[in-house]
Amino acid sequence: MDEKRGMTLIVKTITRFTVWLIMLYGIFLIVHGHLTPGGGFVGGLVIALSFIHLTLAFGKSSQAKVPSEETSHILEAAGVLMYLGIGIVALIAGLPFLLNFLGKGTLFDLFSAGTIPLLNIAIAIKVSTGIFLAYLLLTHMGQVSQEEDQE
Amino acid sequence: MNLYFLSFALFLVGLYGVLTKRNIVKVIIGAAIMGYAVNLFLIMVAYKSGATYPILLPGQEPQLMVDPLPQALVLTSIVIELGVTAVLVALAVKIHSKYGTLDLRKIRRLKE
Amino acid sequence: MIAPYFVVIPLLTAFLIVIFGKKGERISGFVALIAAFTLLVLSLMLFPVIDSEGTIVYEVSGWKIPYTIALVIDYLSAFFVIMISLIAALSIMFSLKYMKKFTVNRGYYALFMLLLAGLYGVAITGDLFNLFVFMEIALIATYALVAFQGEAEHYEAAFKYAIMGAISSTLILFGIGSAYSLTSTLTMMQISSNAATTGGIYLLSAFFLAGFGLKAAMFPLHSWLPDAHPSAPSPVSAMLSGVLIKVLGAYAIIRVFYIVFEPSAIVNEALVVLGTISMIVGAIMAIGQKDIKRMLGFSSVSQMGYILFAIGLATPLGFLAALFHMINHAISKGLLFLDSGVVEENEGTRNMEEMQGLSDSVTRTSTLMGALSIAGIPPFGGFFSKLLIIVAAIASGRLVYGLIGLVVGVMTLGYYLGMLRRTFREKKTGSRLAFSIKVSLVILACLTLATALLMIPALKEGFLDKAVESITNREAYGLLFGAGD
Repeated sequence: MDEKRGMTLIVKTITRFTVWLIMLYGIFLIVHGHLTPGGGFVGGLVIALSFIHLTLAFGKSSQAKVPSEETSHILEAAGVLMYLGIGIVALIAGLPFLLNFLGKGTLFDLFSAGTIPLLNIAIAIKVSTGIFLAYLLLTHMGQVSQEEDQE
Repeated sequence: MNLYFLSFALFLVGLYGVLTKRNIVKVIIGAAIMGYAVNLFLIMVAYKSGATYPILLPGQEPQLMVDPLPQALVLTSIVIELGVTAVLVALAVKIHSKYGTLDLRKIRRLKE
Repeated sequence: MIAPYFVVIPLLTAFLIVIFGKKGERISGFVALIAAFTLLVLSLMLFPVIDSEGTIVYEVSGWKIPYTIALVIDYLSAFFVIMISLIAALSIMFSLKYMKKFTVNRGYYALFMLLLAGLYGVAITGDLFNLFVFMEIALIATYALVAFQGEAEHYEAAFKYAIMGAISSTLILFGIGSAYSLTSTLTMMQISSNAATTGGIYLLSAFFLAGFGLKAAMFPLHSWLPDAHPSAPSPVSAMLSGVLIKVLGAYAIIRVFYIVFEPSAIVNEALVVLGTISMIVGAIMAIGQKDIKRMLGFSSVSQMGYILFAIGLATPLGFLAALFHMINHAISKGLLFLDSGVVEENEGTRNMEEMQGLSDSVTRTSTLMGALSIAGIPPFGGFFSKLLIIVAAIASGRLVYGLIGLVVGVMTLGYYLGMLRRTFREKKTGSRLAFSIKVSLVILACLTLATALLMIPALKEGFLDKAVESITNREAYGLLFGAGD
């Protein structure tokens, strides 16, 4: 563990306890999105917060396992393509776009409500990597003044 | 009825911030306050007196519930304002790196 | 079944361009071009389909109508979809060679596709809040595209444009909230078939007029336009000035004030007066400009004043004139902005006093044709549309406004001739243009002549009259609510 980068030792120790709590809470919000308030967007935000927590505490170029910039670009587009893909599968079969074609299951079950949990997961992937990418680029941009405006 | 006036008053506070402040960051915060005001207004449109939250829990019969449609509108509106605020902050960072200042009175290279 | 492709294809293309990463830097332009031409072919098929099957009503996700978002394509929406696809395809063809001097081209094409998705969404949606969502998608793409050419003034212009856009979007959202609390539904067809929409309608009209008026560059909310439109790269300026202010401004005003709610006298008066003032202010400010693109921006304000004035007259002849002028202005102003990009490339400056006549004959001819079409010289299409606007003003009894329109038309001719004289001086050794740039300029220049053919009665009834009838026939729109089950 590099002691010259990132924040002080106290912050680094506490981070190792709190980061997985935050990420677990985010995953809970995503997976129960069709039963309780929450859903893909809020869960994605909380997971992005856990990445930012790691990056702030340990410094950008340490061994913290957060997605790098190129990986974030690809994952972000993959989230949207998964969402559109679920809609287009319905279009190819001749049904209206975004039809709920999987089985609906019983009420209040975890694996119910058709395609809605899958859409939640797609949105969560997109939102978490998107906001983390925005944070990375905003901290780059103050120093290097030649990049174009990317979000 | 008084609560609707409060949300308009909050909107006017945000508008005052956008129009009169000199610092770019305060202008962005003013725009965000206007967004909060309109979200409050949308949620207040949904209220019915004596109703409960619109979530059906297991082992409960459906009762009189508040209107859930404006709550979906507010969620979408929050996401949109997040996108606009992100673009505004990115533009503010680039303006600072090009002009060297965040004072709006000095950022006037475009002629009238 | 044709309706969701207009939104799905641009979104798919945008994110496919991003996911190819750095390897796809050179083919991103061609992918965008293929998508734009596919959409152009689809949009030309719309009129025959609506002729044979009636208005297209499409329910997203297969739910029934009051609970879902409906996509409704009637003749008015089809008219705007054709306009968007035409200008978009030609702009992308222009920008294949024009954008070679920038580095991050895949970001440009991805943002352009997102802008297209937002514009199509606004034109074909049948739900009031969905209009707001797609409008925001298009606007956020333009905030980033205006600042694309990383100079200092471009960031400042984009910031001011973004703040004013945020204020107007908040006002529109207030209006949508009030509309929901008055009618307890968001589907436009259901609001239109409900007769009880009076009482509280003045507050609604004020919110919507202020919000959509800022997007349409109506006086006094027009000051963002001469800063934002010159700062964008030229193909994006052509899209902004040719399509965005019409779809988000004039189309939204027509849809909300004349089809969803009943036409009211106070809104008509406001549109007539404010449109006339925009006409005059735009023309006066355009005369003294030295920067070529800023002058074109003020000219856009003035022509949008003509269009809003014609909409405010609220007669069938007025609507016909407004729609015809919209498509003429889209083609001519798009052509002029693309030309100004070529001129800036050749001369190295945008200041008209310092130009030295280095452009070649394709640029000179197409700029001449575009300028004459907007100024209203026969036999170009712009002459017929301006004549129709002035005739519609006189036919509904507003002689003073017709006279003002005539005087402003003469002023328009004046400043365009001044621009032509200063920009194109004695011809020196001409520079060579790339083939794709020449093709797009030539096609647009031919279209400025071809739209005059729309006045032939057979073509007029097949095309323009049907769009006008879908505006004036408000009950047919409300009846779609029961028929679409």
